[in-house]
Amino acid sequence: MFNIVIVGVGGQGTLLASKILGVLAMNNGYDVRVSEVHGMSQRGGSVVTYVRISNDKPLYSSIVEQGQADVVLAFENLEAVRALPYMKEGGTMVINTQEILPMPVITGAAKYPDNCLERARAACKTVEINAVEIAHECGTYKAANVVLMGVLAKSLPFSEEEWKKAITACVKPKFLDVNLMAFERGFKY
Amino acid sequence: MKQLMLGNEAIARGAWEAGVRVSSAYPGTPSTEINENIANYKEIYSEWAPNEKVAVEVALGAAVSGARSMACMKHVGLNVAADPFFTATYTGINAGMVVVVADDPGMHSSQNEQDTRLLGRASHAPVLDPSSSQECKDFMKRAFEISEEYDTPVILRLTTRIAHARTLVELEDRVLPELREYKKDIKKYVSMPANMIGRHKVVEARENRLAEDANNMPELNRIEWADRKVGVVTSGAAYNYVKEAMPEASVLKLGLAYPMPRKLIEEFAAGVETLYVIEDMEPFYEDTIKAWGIPCSGKDKTGVQGELFMHKIEEKFLGAEPAAPMNTQDIPNRPPVLCPGCPHRGLYYVLGKLKLTVCSDIGCYTLGALPPLSGVDTCVCMGASIGMAHGFEKARGAEQAKRTVAVLGDSTFCHSGMTGLLNMAYNRSVGTVIIADNSITGMTGHQNNPANGKDIHGDPTTALDIVKLCEAMGVASVRIVDPFDLKETEKVLKEEVARDGLSVVISRRPCALIIKQTNKPVVNDPDACVGCGMCMKVGCPAIIKTETGIRIDPTQCVGCGMCAQLCHFGALKAAE
Repeated sequence: MFNIVIVGVGGQGTLLASKILGVLAMNNGYDVRVSEVHGMSQRGGSVVTYVRISNDKPLYSSIVEQGQADVVLAFENLEAVRALPYMKEGGTMVINTQEILPMPVITGAAKYPDNCLERARAACKTVEINAVEIAHECGTYKAANVVLMGVLAKSLPFSEEEWKKAITACVKPKFLDVNLMAFERGFKY
Repeated sequence: MKQLMLGNEAIARGAWEAGVRVSSAYPGTPSTEINENIANYKEIYSEWAPNEKVAVEVALGAAVSGARSMACMKHVGLNVAADPFFTATYTGINAGMVVVVADDPGMHSSQNEQDTRLLGRASHAPVLDPSSSQECKDFMKRAFEISEEYDTPVILRLTTRIAHARTLVELEDRVLPELREYKKDIKKYVSMPANMIGRHKVVEARENRLAEDANNMPELNRIEWADRKVGVVTSGAAYNYVKEAMPEASVLKLGLAYPMPRKLIEEFAAGVETLYVIEDMEPFYEDTIKAWGIPCSGKDKTGVQGELFMHKIEEKFLGAEPAAPMNTQDIPNRPPVLCPGCPHRGLYYVLGKLKLTVCSDIGCYTLGALPPLSGVDTCVCMGASIGMAHGFEKARGAEQAKRTVAVLGDSTFCHSGMTGLLNMAYNRSVGTVIIADNSITGMTGHQNNPANGKDIHGDPTTALDIVKLCEAMGVASVRIVDPFDLKETEKVLKEEVARDGLSVVISRRPCALIIKQTNKPVVNDPDACVGCGMCMKVGCPAIIKTETGIRIDPTQCVGCGMCAQLCHFGALKAAE
């Protein structure tokens, strides 16, 4: 059983990431629970998506709770810190090292912490990657989510072929090449 | 074949498999994707209605005429639709009718934590409560059978964690029942007192029959015997958390939340030493079980607020340590914001500048309440802006009215603003109503509405002419402004709030997410910037304060150029 939490800012493509994971696990005979966020929280606010997959224990809840996450995929540095309580002991956090300033910081009411990555490193094992830059090199910064899928692939028991099959099933054919390249770059990171 | 489906997608699939012919809905999180998915099934007629009351009436008409039909909405939508619904349970249906209602415990995207099961009981409608996408589909089909067998509309109630969870679903084929014959039946379908006195007896008998039959509906209500020390009565999302937190406990899972199976519950209670009732929201099962004289507990431990979750159950029922506090209190929050390029931003900037009291409404523009715009005084429910602004005036006089405006969106105006405006015209109001017309229903994810000239499929249709409508109601002055033209918007609003009569200002510009943006970031000249902070007043996520002045975030800026109008020093310029 694996519990994965995907955190980021509304509009960063966290939903595609959870969809790929869900399809991948289903194709490989796993039971799947995915919980998504829609509506108000999508307008530039913090978003959290949970993915639970299992081929042994039965799954009921679609929520990953505090201290239960094997892997946290953080699309943004501040959201990485916010998600630290989800980490299970020995778990890994994959961080896309991007900073998106929230409104209280923009208006000067709060300060963006300058030690987000240090806090994450102190709390758990981290893999830090500038996925936006790598995705940009592949053709579009929008494929940053799939670069992160490539990094995540190393923590999950599925073959590279199976990952590519799931990506092919989830992205528009027009963007497939870019996304497969983005996945490989993440996988080799 | 199995497929990974959102609960809402599975509801749509279940409706299709059950042979639904007509579906009407008003969008509302967490229910919106149901009708969006229904629209993909060409065999089903689907539509966006202006509001939930109309949607339920459409579904009722279709059902009485002989076709399986449905309406979908969020929990507060059923309040709007309560009038037809509470009598539809008296008239009964002909072909099956299901109303899908999505509750939002935890208020992810809602104004209250209303429990639809209570409205089911109040209206004498059966309520089904699924726990997974598979059950969403299966229960949808079962709901139509119950509807027809007991001649009543049925509520299928969801909660956010079921509606917006993806789990595996086994797909089946569509079975399309014949249209049922429609027979004129005045005693049944005409809700005059003399007729409904008779129908109320039918309702009571039917409800009692279903309550009795519910003891033998294992596909909905089932006992999962395990250790007999603790037994739990539960349903919906709470069932999932109970199964994970208390794998040893015996469980009575109620798929039919109302009416409740008394004999089954008594049998279960007799078989366990301690009985807990673990349910989201109100003590709906617990109160009834206690009223039957069966000792049990639940809400004394969890309270009625927020979501349950597994750890809360471990903590409150099993004595587990409370979860360590989220050690992230010291980092900034990230509240939702109006998008870069949002037309509402210009409107709220001007409202703030004029220091007006703003009775606002439900939609993206409610976000104008957050700093730095902080431009909203009230927001209660769909359409309340207009009625409340009128109330302000009638309580405090015309001078107050000249400092007060109502603000609501195009879709909200169509939903329940029109009657409020008619009331203002009829009752000689001195007030100003601003319709923030962005040509779409924005917050729920961009659904078409009666004012934008497109139907649920995006095909062209009749568009409401808001100007003509307001004029026909007798509004003295109706004007249109572009909220990106800050000077003109300010001038028009000043004139209209000063007017001794009723006025409507249509603040018209399409949502930033449905039009093509230049995406050429505004050009910032740091040498010209004096650090006055004027541009910061609009609260645009693309404008960032730095120690020396400001910076435009090129990944956020869509190039709308509104901020350049605020800079008196030429430090911000729209890209060429």
